[in-house]
Amino acid sequence: MTLALAGSEAAARLDKSLAAGIAGLNPDSLLVKSEFLFDIAAFLKDEPGLNFNYLVHITAIDYCDYFELVYHLVSLKHNHSLVIKTRCTDRKTPTIPSVVSLWRGAELQEREIFDLMGINFEGHPNMKRIFLWEGFQGHPLRKDFTDGS
Amino acid sequence: MALKTELFVINLGPLHPSTHGVFRMLATMDGEVIVELEPVFGYLHRGIEKLAENRTYKQNIPFTDRMDYIASMSNELSYVMAVEKLAGIQVPERAEYLRVIMAELQRIASHLIAVGSLANDLGAFQTPFLYMFRERERILDLFDMVCGQRLLYNYMRFGGVSHDIPDEFLPALKKLLKHFPGFIAEYDQLLADNEILLARTKGIGVLPKKLAISSSASGPVLRASGVKWDIRKADPYSVYDRFDFDIPTGSAGDCYDRYRVRIAEMYQSIRILNQAIEQLPSGNVLNKVPLRFRPPVGEAFAHIEAPKGELGFYIVSDGSEKPYRFHVRSSILINLTALRDMIIGWKLADAIVTFGSIDICLGEVDR
Repeated sequence: MTLALAGSEAAARLDKSLAAGIAGLNPDSLLVKSEFLFDIAAFLKDEPGLNFNYLVHITAIDYCDYFELVYHLVSLKHNHSLVIKTRCTDRKTPTIPSVVSLWRGAELQEREIFDLMGINFEGHPNMKRIFLWEGFQGHPLRKDFTDGS
Repeated sequence: MALKTELFVINLGPLHPSTHGVFRMLATMDGEVIVELEPVFGYLHRGIEKLAENRTYKQNIPFTDRMDYIASMSNELSYVMAVEKLAGIQVPERAEYLRVIMAELQRIASHLIAVGSLANDLGAFQTPFLYMFRERERILDLFDMVCGQRLLYNYMRFGGVSHDIPDEFLPALKKLLKHFPGFIAEYDQLLADNEILLARTKGIGVLPKKLAISSSASGPVLRASGVKWDIRKADPYSVYDRFDFDIPTGSAGDCYDRYRVRIAEMYQSIRILNQAIEQLPSGNVLNKVPLRFRPPVGEAFAHIEAPKGELGFYIVSDGSEKPYRFHVRSSILINLTALRDMIIGWKLADAIVTFGSIDICLGEVDR
């Protein structure tokens, strides 16, 4: 059985320099500040005791007041998992650091989130729409999206 | 003196018989060698994730069928598991067994198409493909018996499955399982040592282990690269922990290994099916769920080992009748992340084989 780490458990094992990046602890996830996201993700991946070498998936949710990004991580070596979340309140040009340089698996998923939710990933090698065509107006998965009719 | 060459771009697809659907690749060629590749997605994008937000939880079950339509049962299973996790619904034991039976039959049916179309891409035009379809037909007959549908089943429900199996199902399944290993062996004998198949797949389209993990590959693609990771064993769901089976892996991560892993997985599915029939308990197959079904506020992620890889659903509920967010962890889209790395440096004909060996279904890639 994959052991799901609680937010507090993961936070306790984080490096001290990253403690400032923790924004909240949930029983099933760890909420981090977006500016610390990349450093925390890199630590989670490289720390031998945690070794989250496999990114299961990324998704984004539009809660109207803010966007929430959810990262499901798994360690194939230790068979444990962790959910990290981060939030972004800017609706006009929401920007989140890209994790493609850590996990290549994020490449198409970040493009999908950019396409459908309109979140920019800073540092992504090829940030453009994936499913909809260039020139499409708006981002359909946002709750305030209308097709103009 | 070296010959001066000029790069040129070849457009493959979106309508091309070897692209397994509406998939497009822009290949930049230096003579016969591909030096750059850009996959283009979205020709089958129907906005399923958005559509699902405007429908009730139950109405979304048939929607999931239309993602990877080669393996509809697996899609349904993953979705109902996510909603059951969200709402804390219990499933009767008999229904769990029926789900495993359907999921494993679906795996064989899907792998048959994968292997058959790989042979098709290699130039064994249609003959092996139709052999595979002939056998797949027998599995579809079984699905027809339980739910009256042959492709899009709408069989799973929250809290179980829609119908119990009819009396003629188990004898027919037993008959099929008896005949199936012989069929796979025969087919494998024809292909596995075939000189053309070996020459065209061995060492071609290699996905190194490190890149396979980093690019979040899953299913047979990940296992062919030598990673022993199968959700059925690593994070057992339903009643998979009660069965004895192995996880076949490859070592080279080339097209041939992906083919071998799929053949070996079919034998393992038969093993699971035989045990499931033996252990199948009696009892009801569907627990009552309120007609106006409203899961509590919260979120849940459930994943399964679908035929093509790890398929997961992430559902967010705001307490209403409709999901607030309906996200699909598509195994195939993510398996295509490393496509570029696997193809660059090879010839165009190898690109077709490599692409075919990943086993894709655009219904799930584009959603």
